[in-house]
Amino acid sequence: MAFRNYILVCGGTGCESSRADQIFKNLIAECEAQGVADEVQIVKTGCFGFCEQGPIVKILPEDSFYVQVKPEDAKELVAEHIVKGREVKRLLYDKEKSAKHAQVEDIKFYQKQFRIVLRNCGFIDPENIDEYIAREGYEALEKVLFEMTPDDVIEEMKTAGLRGRGGAGFPTWMKWNFTKQAEGDVKYVVCNADEGDPGAYMDRSTLEGDPHSVLEAMTICGYTIGAHQGYIYIRAEYPLAIHRLEVAMKQAREYGLLGKDILGSGFDFDIEIRLGAGAFVCGEETALLQSIEGHRGMPTPRPPFPAVKGLWGKPTVINNVETWANVPVIITKGGKWFSQIGTADSKGTKVFALTGKVCNSGLVEVPMGTTLREIVFDIGGGIAHGKKFKAVQTGGPSGGVITERDLDTPIDYASLQRIGSMMGSGGMIVMDEDDCIVDVAKFYLNFTVDESCGKCAPCRIGGRSLCNILEKITRGSGTLEDIDRINEIGLAMKKGSLCALGQTSPNPVLSTLKYFPEEYMAHIVDKKCPSGKCKKLISFEINPAKCIGCTACARKCPVGAITGEKKQPHTINPAVCIKCGVCKETCKFGAVEIH
Amino acid sequence: MAKMTVEDLRKLREKKQNELNKRDINGKDCQVIIGMGTCGIAAGAKVVLDTFLKVLDEHKITNVAVTQTGCMGLCYVEPTVEVLVPGMPDTIYGKVDADTVRKIVVQHIIDKKLVADHVYDRPSADIIKNGGR
Ligand SMILES: Cc1cc2nc3c(=O)[nH]c(=O)nc-3n(C[C@H](O)[C@H](O)[C@H](O)COP(=O)(O)O)c2cc1C
Ligand code: FES
Repeated sequence: MAFRNYILVCGGTGCESSRADQIFKNLIAECEAQGVADEVQIVKTGCFGFCEQGPIVKILPEDSFYVQVKPEDAKELVAEHIVKGREVKRLLYDKEKSAKHAQVEDIKFYQKQFRIVLRNCGFIDPENIDEYIAREGYEALEKVLFEMTPDDVIEEMKTAGLRGRGGAGFPTWMKWNFTKQAEGDVKYVVCNADEGDPGAYMDRSTLEGDPHSVLEAMTICGYTIGAHQGYIYIRAEYPLAIHRLEVAMKQAREYGLLGKDILGSGFDFDIEIRLGAGAFVCGEETALLQSIEGHRGMPTPRPPFPAVKGLWGKPTVINNVETWANVPVIITKGGKWFSQIGTADSKGTKVFALTGKVCNSGLVEVPMGTTLREIVFDIGGGIAHGKKFKAVQTGGPSGGVITERDLDTPIDYASLQRIGSMMGSGGMIVMDEDDCIVDVAKFYLNFTVDESCGKCAPCRIGGRSLCNILEKITRGSGTLEDIDRINEIGLAMKKGSLCALGQTSPNPVLSTLKYFPEEYMAHIVDKKCPSGKCKKLISFEINPAKCIGCTACARKCPVGAITGEKKQPHTINPAVCIKCGVCKETCKFGAVEIH
Repeated sequence: MAKMTVEDLRKLREKKQNELNKRDINGKDCQVIIGMGTCGIAAGAKVVLDTFLKVLDEHKITNVAVTQTGCMGLCYVEPTVEVLVPGMPDTIYGKVDADTVRKIVVQHIIDKKLVADHVYDRPSADIIKNGGR
């Protein structure tokens, strides 16, 4: 059956929450109503990565990329594009493009990207196993079960050079090999889908857009290390991803691609889902395993590593969602192919969730070795509202800031570490001149203090003390000794904490201190917040030369702090002012100034 | 669906691959653009579109994307079709019907020769005489 048009509607969480589902239903109804239902295939796909502009509807083969579509637009899209072959210009992302040359590849956001992990996201229907199979799906499993020994698989993974995408970047083949060689007849395979970094959502989108790629990879690993049971640990706040996984597992079982005697090979493997309650520390592998076992999610000392003593004391491979999603491609295309992408120490691609003050926030997948500048300025379209770039935070609460100076660093595990940050799981938060760097450090520390399990003292007490010091600095009562204290406590936490949560949580403070010492000094010595964020350190004043006495600010002020005669310059009473900034937003003459 | 053997899986993949390839526009270097303005539709552009999809499928041609556009301005020779094939001049055919579609697929797309009596725009007259060579 040949269709003349394919309508791909984004079914990612971002677009779904702006009513993509209703668009999908309306499109189906409109195609029926306008008599073209048989000629058009409407597919709900995973995330296109261009969430900023969602909901996204893409129509093939014209490759028309429609953005910010509303359910009401369905009628026009069908009547114009499908029936008459005329693109609906007002909804196109690039309104200048002619139909003939309208290509998604023309959009700058996609130009520098290279998609392995997200290969199927935004193209196939994730709830239809046939579409995954059509895209070389389960071909890797077939190859592994019938043509490769477990050692062959390890060798292929070694050639590929894939390293873990969950944070630490440990070589995946080594992890598998340790577990394979570990003594024991019962072994487990675990997928870490906890994804707790603030601002990160690449794992969620991968599971929503292409769940089978993870199932296939876990089964391949099971065969390789001799395990028959897998667990996917996913936070309960990802309902759509959980649903898609459940559908995928059911379909895979029906097809005999999961369960007993897979494809008649005699190999048994099945997977269960375990829901997490959304604690950041449960993303740490030992805490995660505790949680699966039904205990409180607290880390345990390593060694022993999970590869030797993991789930229920059995040898266990635990990998991150993105790591898994690479595996089938490595097996089908070969480790050699994979190893040609990226840099010497980091192979393949990395998915980043680009958020913060950039024009195009969204999911981007780039070859390792791409520079931050390319990601922020070419793909991300630069800083929104013409503001000035200040820094990027990578590695979430365990990482650090990267400044203008290092924007041309090629992204890989080693170079990010060298400049004081880390790959982390892939959250990338862009800051502009309005962001106060001390405030940012405080935000991350507050996060890790909240999320610390409290088991070890360096993390529990150290984190809280650091937080108090930062609070003090942002209130204007910091002293120069506080800087020494920060360094001391930070070092103690790095050295003495039980798990990587505590060991890395001082990083945001230490790295901002290293790159923006003058901003800390401004808070401590001059008692000023240069970006005007720290309320205690700023005051609002009206410039009498600019104020025309329109009274607009006085009427808006929620606490009545502004007084003055009509047509006369007004004044703000600092004793009453709560520094909410409403007056500054209201004033059309730029008379309200922050000091 | 019962449990599959490797053979079943391969067969299913081949079948579905064929279907999904049609959706995929990567690797399609040729394009057939059909004018679907009101005049085109009235003159039978719909049949032309369906026939293209059918004939391309019959010949197992996978590198051609069939797309639609609005009126091309040649209303007097509707239905009109623009064919873009690498190494060939971009060509607009007019007065296209199901038979012409077959000719376009076999002559123009497969054999790389113009279907001279239906060319209405683009290649200059002497190219037409030479059959596009
Ligand atoms: C506090 C903390 C939180 C973590 N959260 C996650 C997470 O959400 N997802 C993840 O895949 N790995 C997370 N990790 C890393 C895991 O401990 C582990 O390294 C990873 O799952 C291994 O998989 P990989 O080799 O495929 O990267 C976290 C680590 C720490 C210390
Ligand atoms: S959720 Fe639709 S583009 Fe990301």
